This record gives sequence, structure tokens and C-alpha cells, in this order.
Amino acid sequence: MRITFPRMGTSYIAIADLLTGLGNEVILPPPITKRTLDLGTRYSPEFACLPFKILMGTYLEGIARGADAIVSSGGVGPCRAGFYMEMHRRILRDLGYEVETITLEPPKGHMVDLIKQLRRLINVPLSRVWSTVRFAWGKLELLDIIEERAYYLRPREVVRGSTTRALRKCLSIVRGAKDMEQLSEARNKVEEILASVPIDPEAVPLKVGLVGEIYVVLEPFANGEVAETLGELGVEVHRSTYLTKWTRENAFLDFFRIPADRDAKRLARPYLGEMIGGHGIINVGETVIYSRNGFDGVIHLAPFTCIPEIVAKGILTKVSSDLGFPVMTLYLDEHTGKEGVRTRLEAFVDLISKKREKEQGVAW
Amino acid sequence: MRIGIPSTLAYYEYFPFWDVFFRELGFDVVSSPITTKAILDWGVKHTVSDACVPIKLIHGHVRALAEEGVDFIFLPRMVSVAPKETFCPKFLGLPDLIQASINNLPPMLSPRIYLRFGRMSLFRICGQTARSLGASRIKGLRACAKALDAWHAFLRSIRQGLTVAEALGLRQRTGTALRGPRLALLGYPYLINDPFISANLLGLLEERGVQVLTAEMVPSEDLKRLSRSMRKNLFWHYSNRVVWAAMYYLDKEMVDGVIHVTAFGCGPDAMVGKLVELEAKGKVPFTTLSLDEHTGQEGIITRIDAFVDMLVRKKVSA
Repeated sequence: MRITFPRMGTSYIAIADLLTGLGNEVILPPPITKRTLDLGTRYSPEFACLPFKILMGTYLEGIARGADAIVSSGGVGPCRAGFYMEMHRRILRDLGYEVETITLEPPKGHMVDLIKQLRRLINVPLSRVWSTVRFAWGKLELLDIIEERAYYLRPREVVRGSTTRALRKCLSIVRGAKDMEQLSEARNKVEEILASVPIDPEAVPLKVGLVGEIYVVLEPFANGEVAETLGELGVEVHRSTYLTKWTRENAFLDFFRIPADRDAKRLARPYLGEMIGGHGIINVGETVIYSRNGFDGVIHLAPFTCIPEIVAKGILTKVSSDLGFPVMTLYLDEHTGKEGVRTRLEAFVDLISKKREKEQGVAW
Repeated sequence: MRIGIPSTLAYYEYFPFWDVFFRELGFDVVSSPITTKAILDWGVKHTVSDACVPIKLIHGHVRALAEEGVDFIFLPRMVSVAPKETFCPKFLGLPDLIQASINNLPPMLSPRIYLRFGRMSLFRICGQTARSLGASRIKGLRACAKALDAWHAFLRSIRQGLTVAEALGLRQRTGTALRGPRLALLGYPYLINDPFISANLLGLLEERGVQVLTAEMVPSEDLKRLSRSMRKNLFWHYSNRVVWAAMYYLDKEMVDGVIHVTAFGCGPDAMVGKLVELEAKGKVPFTTLSLDEHTGQEGIITRIDAFVDMLVRKKVSA
């Protein structure tokens, strides 16, 4: 069994280690390019969302490299993504590829199935599983920390692009770490590299929250590199969706019925009385939180035709006008280009910086 | 007191129920007029961009009821009516979405329809709704029982071969002899049976002598059986019914072709359409009719004429 998996942001580094450590042969999903998306779009339903099309392309590229099995997450709706593995499987079968699919459903209500699926992935003695998981999880956490730090550094950097260069260096160091010991060395090295990026300590950058559907928030290719672009426009980006956090909530807290994101859900309540799937309700609540915490605006990322996000957008419009808080929705699809996104972001940043000047009483 | 019910979305499945329910409680029931150009245009203008046309339509219908001056608008939050499925997220958030986009609405009555315990839950919801309108709980329960009878009669007439539009009295058959091919016309009831947004699709097919079979006509026991045969089912109420109905008609070789009717940009249908297409592949011809606010009757006629002609020719050459 040669396994491939969806690529989402930097998580592939840790996921590849996890699967390899569990005794699988891994076909690393190639970086997402225009070609990946074109390939995916050709074989996807027209109105499937961008993540579906990117995944379709990734799987086809993985198969071309010799993969014969795919592992991905499942879901119980109402967001469509929970059905994607099954839909991809049927489309691939129609194209003549008989691949094995391993769908990891959330533990709540699917414990037996989940264990069955996991056992297909575990091809090493059980005693080694724990250390492998711990190692991969540590890597994932470090990757998330690096990204979060980059959001802080980028608007403050003295030399444009130095953060992004440092970030790349960090990622290759993390990728190279092979065991726990090397990982903690990598952690130190990463700290060093990031600390050496020269920044302007006086800078008070604009602050923007990033909310939206998890895939397009995490994968820069899918969002026209919105975080990097904003950073280089001098904006500090904050997001609360990280893969480690998401996994913790969906795989553990949910199982023990511990409510996650309590604040966000409570604050969303006046506007939206129902879980609408995906990240709909959280986006609404987080927008309220950002507005209370002195942020200058929120960018809402949504794949075109994404059902929960369309509802969220309709409601965010109301939240924005109630609170006098700028919110911009970016719909993303296969025609979205980085330059188009940049133009819209520049306009948005102009608007919020004018707003801040006005509120602080600076003449303009 | 007058209760307004918008004539779209869940209307096409549950209007006979709520109509009787509210009348039994002693209220007047006003349903918005069947979709018109004005309703559509208003909806298009006031709905969040990128919403599908059914969501735009309901904005227009709610607005029409507000102008009518009803005392309440009844827009239940349709969450789930069967185990392991919900409605499309747009239905789940609908009351909130409407509140966010339309100002100065009459009070909305939006009970949460989540039938986890089947009929028991329904009685509870009806009792509470009656209470919130100032009627007694007992009266609510009694009205619920009456409403269920009416609804079952409605379902029976559909099982006997009527389309939803015919069962609701929105259209009559002209009596044209149906000698043409048999088609599975699969899609959501609020698209197929809305004479305006579907450009009178049912009428056009009847004129061409086509026998139409819809998802609602499949016996519910068969739907249950088919749901178990899927490796994984979809999550959405109407979508599942379309997929299972496609499997039912194809397995039983009851149809000469399948038409999937969908709304432009419909999220669930991106999955449904492909599933049905793959099911029909190698069995019978399949086509998709996509409807939106720009759909004109001429375009629809061209599409169905081409499809029906092809089916006829296929039969002749066979």
C-alpha cells in the first residue's frame, strides 16, 4: 500500500512523518500548482468547492506517482467535505483507478469504524505508535508556532521578504528532524532564526483577523497567499484556526462532549441560532471577538459555492454594520489569482487604515 | 390573526400539514402568491451574493407576505426530519439569514424542526407553537393530529402518481396522452414544482407526451432499503431522496432517461448531480437542467426537445 493524502498548508510535513512512522510507504503529495488545480477541475463537478477540486488534482498527481491508497478525513455534515472521500473514490473509479480509501471519521458515533480504519494504517508494533504520534504532533505544533510567529514578524520586518525567507529556512529544518531529539534541536534553531529577523520595534501595524473555511484558510495556494500579502502590506494577521487546535477539538473534545470555542459560539448566538456546519458559526463569533479586541478588520475566506460560508457571509454583513467593523469576504475558486486578491486586499487595507486615522484624530 | 407561509422551499413538502394545523387553531393562513417575476427580482436584489436561486426566492416570498400585512411569518427552521440527516446548511441558517437581510419584518415564527424522536417530537413542537400563539397545548396536539391526517392524504396522492404541484393544486393535467418516453425528473420539489422558476417544466414535458416520475413518488420503504445499500449517504434530506430515487428507478429499469434539475450554484447538488450521473452511466441517458434567475423558457424547451428526441430515436433504432 502506497499512501497519499491531501495537502493543506505545512501540515504535510508532519503527516508524512506520522504515516511513515506507522510503517506505511508514503507518496508525498506534490506542492499544489496551477496544474494540480486544472487537473482537479477537469474531473470535478462544476459546482464542487475549491478544496474538492484541489484534492481531486492532488490525488490524481499522487496516483501518477504510484499511490494506490488515499487517507483523508471524513465528517458528518452538514458541510459537504464529509462526503468528499466517497465522491472522490467514485470519480476515480469511473476514471479507471481502483484505489483504496481510508476515511477517518470523527470518533463520536464512529469509534468502531475509526479503529478499523486506523488499524489499516498501523503497520508497526503497537508499542511504537505512541512515540510516532507524539513526534508527529510535536512537529505539527512547531509548524503552527512558526506560522503564527511569521504573522507577527512580517509587518514589522525592516527588509521586505526577510520573514518569508526565514520561514522557508525554518520549514526545511523542521522537515529534516527525524526524531524527538532532533525536533527539540530544530525548535531551538527555529527560535534563533526567527529572532534574528530584524524588525522595527516601534511599528504599530494594523491588525486583521482571518476567518473562514479551514482548508482555504490553511492552504496559501487556495487563498492567493492572503496572509503573506497582508503581512507585506504591513498588516499583522491573526487567525484562530490551526490544524492542531482543530484536531484537538474534533477528535477529542467533541468525543467527550466538551464544548469548544464557547466564547465564539456564545457571541454568535444573537445572529445565528443554529450550527450550520463547517466554520459558519465560529466565523460569526470570532468576528465579534476581533471587533472587541481592538482589531481593525476581518477578512472572511470562503470557497465559491461553500454552503455554510454563504450563510455566514449573509450574517457577517449584518454583524459588520451593527458593530461598525469592516469585514470583507473573499470568495475563492479556480479563477482566483494572487494579483486579484492583492488588489482587493490593498483596497481593504487602505480603508481600515483611513478608519484608524480618523478614529485617532489624525487629519487626512 | 393571519399567519403567512412563504410558498417555496419546505412549502412543497409540508404546506398541507401547516395549513391544516394553523386553521385548526383558528388562524387564517395566507400563503404568498406562487413565484412571480417581481418576487424573484426582489429576492435577487436583497439576498447575499452567491446564494442559490431558491434562497433568493424565499427572500422575495417573505417580503411579499410582509407587504400583505400578515401578523406572523411562519418560517420553521428545518433541521432534521430523519435519523442521520439534516437539511442543507442554508435551510439551517435561513431564519437568521432572512432576519439579517430584510428589515421591518412582521414577527417571525421559527420553531426548530428537529424530529429526533419522530412523531413525539413533532407533537411537542406543535404543542409549543400553539402555546406561543396563545392557544392551549391540548388544542395544539389535536390540530397536529388533524394536520398529520391531511399530510398523509397529500403523500398518498403523490404515491399514486401525482406530482407535488398537482397534489397541491398548483397545476392541472391537460389530459394529453402520455405516449412518449418515461423520464425520471429528479431534483428538489421547490424547483421542479415551482411553475415560474422551472419555466413550467412539468407542463412542457406533458405537452411532449413524456411520463414523469419524481423522487416523491418512490415508496418510503424502498428509500430506506436503498439508503442502507450506500457505503456512505449524503447528509441532506432532499439530496438523499434524489440519489435514492435515481437508484430506485435505474435498478427497476423503470425509466428511459434521467433529468437532474438543479439550481445554479447549489452546493449539495454538486455531489448529487455527479452521483446520479455515475449511477446512470451505461444504463440510460442523463442530462442536467440548471435553473437560475436568467432561465428562459426557450432555453429549457431546446434542452428538453433535444433530450426527448434523442430518447425517441434511440428507441426507434433499437
